[in-house]
Amino acid sequence: MLTKRIIPCLDVKEGRVVKGIQFVSIRDAGDPVELAKFYDEQGADELVFLDISASHEGRETMVDVVRQTAATLAIPFTVGGGIRTLDDMKRILRAGADKVSVNTSALERPALIQEGSDYFGAQCIVVAIDARYSEEDSTWMVYTHGGRNKTPWSAIEWAKEAVRLGAGEILLTSMNQDGEKSGFDLALTKAVREAVTVPVIASGGAGHAEHFYEVLAQEVDADAALAASIFHYKETSVAQVKEYLREKGVAVR
Amino acid sequence: MKIGVIDYGMGNLFSVEQALKRLGCEVIITADEKALDTADALLLPGVGAFPDARKRLAETNLDQYLQKAQRENRPLLGICLGMQLLFEQSDEVTPTKGLGFFKGCIKRFSGSQEGQAYRVPHMGWNELIVTNRPAWLHNEVSAKHVYFVHSFYATDIVESELVAYADYFGIQVPGIVMNGSVTGMQFHPEKSGELGVYLLEQWLEGVKAC
Repeated sequence: MLTKRIIPCLDVKEGRVVKGIQFVSIRDAGDPVELAKFYDEQGADELVFLDISASHEGRETMVDVVRQTAATLAIPFTVGGGIRTLDDMKRILRAGADKVSVNTSALERPALIQEGSDYFGAQCIVVAIDARYSEEDSTWMVYTHGGRNKTPWSAIEWAKEAVRLGAGEILLTSMNQDGEKSGFDLALTKAVREAVTVPVIASGGAGHAEHFYEVLAQEVDADAALAASIFHYKETSVAQVKEYLREKGVAVR
Repeated sequence: MKIGVIDYGMGNLFSVEQALKRLGCEVIITADEKALDTADALLLPGVGAFPDARKRLAETNLDQYLQKAQRENRPLLGICLGMQLLFEQSDEVTPTKGLGFFKGCIKRFSGSQEGQAYRVPHMGWNELIVTNRPAWLHNEVSAKHVYFVHSFYATDIVESELVAYADYFGIQVPGIVMNGSVTGMQFHPEKSGELGVYLLEQWLEGVKAC
């Protein structure tokens, strides 16, 4: 039986992890490779690196981070942030990442999804969607630039279009829930999960282990759940979340 | 031990190279037959579509080389698409003949089983269930899951060639197959944590014993 995946996310800026300062057991908590190893040992099923570098140099550094991580880690990892062209995808995937995630760049030029999928296969292409509920539209709409710009796409329609173009997985973040620690957006996740045939990773809102159960259990049935700060700040650990899920009868590794 | 990774332009070779190096192997990544002749074992990687991969193997004559290697009983491990290429045929994109070291056909997951819809690709960690334990896989380990990511799988296989499978919505997905000196792994051992490392290690032990 396929297990549900728990995925810590690391924000990396100019080659350094930001918000990763709470680990006492790690010598250099800003080192993405050290943190990746830590999460691997904790039982993380995958990792996501989000490159939030503003500079060209920062992105070049990310390629080195990917190479070092791939040389160390024996679990899959995805890299997102700043990937705008097929060449960007090639650089990251050839450095050893398993998947790339695209967000704004795919909304600006949806053909990017198809180009990546044709070249590397759908399994390498994750489309990240930032969604926020809009009273005006009575549905979740897709936003770019960290939630500032509203697009004409509803989350459900964009997810379907992304899959049609060749996305192998959807990373779905609720802008409403993000940072709230009050749980994942279950209605949004369920709606998108039912609209597409590829795996859906729920993101935004994880506060404790029960939240993972809610979004992964049969009712919503997300394939994976992603969190950042609650793992970084040791409010809970990957191992604790998995133990809780196991007790609740959810298949985990 | 020297492992010759067959470079025919398909797949993420970096991860598998690193995994083998961590296990103390010397790794050469090449399409050069003379160089491959010096390897103790061959590894056929692969990510992408079956017809493209098959075409590239033919263009580089590496398919002939692999046929010869199989006749000479040289250890060969195919991973993911590299395993699928070892079968008789695949239906991916268009029916295409494989290398034929294993009987069976590569088909797409239909996406529904007995009226129940399931996800394609089969992506994530699934439990590996051993059916026929080969000599090189002697020990049990506590880890049970390996990392799969694929939309096509081997069907109509010979039961005696199946080493281990994963259950995906009632479908028996061949995970490890073996026939003589040829082994195939559908999952990515280089991405499968503790069990993946163990399986690679044990396969290498098997190579040593050859």
